[in-house]
Amino acid sequence: MENLVTLVPLIPIVPLLTFAIIVVFTRRNDKLSSYLAVAAIVISWLLSMVIVLSALTQMPQFAEEPAAHLTLLRIPTGATTLDIGVQIDPLTVALLFMVPTVCMMIFIYSMGYMKGDPRYSRFFAYICLFATGMLGLVVADNLLLLFICWELMGLCSYLLIGFWFEKPEAMWAGLKAFITTRIGDVLLLLGMVMLYWQTGALRFETVFEGVQGLAQTNPTLMYIIALLIFGGAVGKSAQFPLHVWLPDAMEGPTPVSALIHAATMVAAGVFLVARMLPIFVVLEGMPALAWVAAIGAITAFFASTIAIAQDDIKRVLAYSTISQLGYMIMCLGLGGFVAAVFHLITHAFFKALLFLGSGSVIHGAGTNDMMEMGGLRKKMPYTFWTFLVGMLALAGVPPLAGFWSKDEILATAFVENQAVWVIGTVAAFITAFYMTRQVCLTFLGKPRDKDIHAHESPPLMYVPLIVLAVGAVLLGFLGVPEDFPVLGPLLGNPLHHLLADQFRQWSYVHLPHVEFNPSVLLVSVAMALGGIGLGYLIYGRKPLVAGQRDPLERMGVVWTVLRNKYYIDEIYRATVIRGAIGLANVCFRFDSGIVDGTVNLVGKLTERWSHVSGLFDTYVIDGIVNGVGRVTSAVGQELRYIQTGRVQNYMIIVVISVLLLAGVFLYM
Amino acid sequence: MIPLTWFLIVAAFLFCIGLYGALARRNAIAILMGIELMLNAVNINLIAFWRYITPEVLTGQVFAIFVITVAAAEAAIGLALIISIFRNRETVIVEDVDMMKW
Repeated sequence: MENLVTLVPLIPIVPLLTFAIIVVFTRRNDKLSSYLAVAAIVISWLLSMVIVLSALTQMPQFAEEPAAHLTLLRIPTGATTLDIGVQIDPLTVALLFMVPTVCMMIFIYSMGYMKGDPRYSRFFAYICLFATGMLGLVVADNLLLLFICWELMGLCSYLLIGFWFEKPEAMWAGLKAFITTRIGDVLLLLGMVMLYWQTGALRFETVFEGVQGLAQTNPTLMYIIALLIFGGAVGKSAQFPLHVWLPDAMEGPTPVSALIHAATMVAAGVFLVARMLPIFVVLEGMPALAWVAAIGAITAFFASTIAIAQDDIKRVLAYSTISQLGYMIMCLGLGGFVAAVFHLITHAFFKALLFLGSGSVIHGAGTNDMMEMGGLRKKMPYTFWTFLVGMLALAGVPPLAGFWSKDEILATAFVENQAVWVIGTVAAFITAFYMTRQVCLTFLGKPRDKDIHAHESPPLMYVPLIVLAVGAVLLGFLGVPEDFPVLGPLLGNPLHHLLADQFRQWSYVHLPHVEFNPSVLLVSVAMALGGIGLGYLIYGRKPLVAGQRDPLERMGVVWTVLRNKYYIDEIYRATVIRGAIGLANVCFRFDSGIVDGTVNLVGKLTERWSHVSGLFDTYVIDGIVNGVGRVTSAVGQELRYIQTGRVQNYMIIVVISVLLLAGVFLYM
Repeated sequence: MIPLTWFLIVAAFLFCIGLYGALARRNAIAILMGIELMLNAVNINLIAFWRYITPEVLTGQVFAIFVITVAAAEAAIGLALIISIFRNRETVIVEDVDMMKW
């Protein structure tokens, strides 16, 4: 792996160069820009596959040996240096399998979806830049490079959500996303700074060594640092309470929703926590980890309840994403590193599939509103079947991928914290329910809007759907527990073998070992089927017709609260935003009153002073100068009377002078 | 012998009278007369000093003769000037010849 690590920097750099090329050279040429972008991601994909395959073929040594590093930049910082570089370790390999693959599918899909858009080239430039950020994040071996890529992705998210900036909703959504995640970013930065201050390094491995000491000497600080870094994840992965930006981010083009807000960027928060797991477990009693689990569980449950009551096809998926991310975070909070990463990978595939499928639906039906759809099954078969696969995977129906990963999570929860298990299981039921509702409203029954002329999407769009669907079906088998009857020993759980020893070097990290529990598995399956059954009962048996109201409206107040997302946006507007605007006003008044006042005062004083100075100059200085002249003239006026014109007077003066001089000479 | 001092006193007296005349008389010719008196007073001083201090040398006498000569020439010129002024101003009162007044 040591030799291969030299390939790693190319993985994010190729898309970066492509971004530059598109921006500088090929902006006018839409086709060329898209081909370049797809070529770039294919190159990154090939390089990643080389690394993944060589890692997998070198198992089990690969998992046991320490990570291969390549240092790209050495920044001298006083006595030590800050090394910025890349690494290949099991977690990186797992992500390098998922990220380029999903990105590649979405790039290809975008060629079809964005056709005809006036800013087509710009779109591809932006997604290339985004790919750089995500790939760089995955391969980074230190917090600084991670943070840079993190911020880069935040920027691209803003640019892409607000891609259709003529729509004010899109523009505001982009701002909302950026600012909300910024809160998390600031917390992350603070955590990073404190970590650097205490351990003297930002490289993951060095940090993990250093925090052992810090946990002994200053446990409170360690706790705070862990929470701050988690704060970054809360923002980026849209966990409660910073989840508000993700539903609004659906204003962006659907490939953007798939790429950034389902498969990759929002997974970055989960990735961060997974990467930095040692700092969460290093403290005695692991208090920080408890927060992680709590927030994850809350988010998983509450987002799934909101998803029930949404009509916009993408909003349902957005809340679903928030909920599933909550599952991953919750799992990490219980120490379930392998299960969380497993779910991250499988979720990326089926969520991207669902989003691209919804894009296909929107493209074909011309609307986002599920209440206006219906009967698309016959008109858009490829979309329907792939969407169905995605839905079943998400609901957790065996033997699809989502079932295996979600079950791992629930099994871990059952062992570690039963309360969390209950929440997760209920959320699984709700998940299955709302997905069934979505499929029924969109695809089953008769079309509710006569004006919609739905048509299937072009192959450029449905082929990626098929590829992703295959992933959604098959990927689960990479993580089947070894003690699962029949399949377990047959498949050997390669994912577990890859990832289980990620933190072997740091003895203080003890990941729970979860035995296979058949009753938990049966409960999970029951939840999934139960949710689907209930959904079908309400929405599928007699599909809604045009004008019919949603049957769940009978829930009354509950329905309204859910539909309005628990009014959280409104609460924030009344409290946080009003507070921020108030503060801004205070600062503005301070600035225009005191600061500007001072500046203006200084100006006025200077003006007055110069006026006084002028007077001084006019009267005093000029007075003296003129005075000298006047005095001379006055003296002259008086002295001229000496000249009487009479010679005798002159002679008298002469005589007196002679006498005086004689006196002087005689007596000196 | 008469003491030298008496000669000097006489010369001083004459000089003062002549000075008074030159400074206080209104008529131009009277001023000239005063000037002549002053010059003669100087002559008396010269001769007295010669006779009493260095009688063997001729310097004193020669100097006196110079003075007389110059006095004469100067009186001539003075009179010529006064006549010229009289022709222009119709007056010999020096008080009235004050065109160079401020």
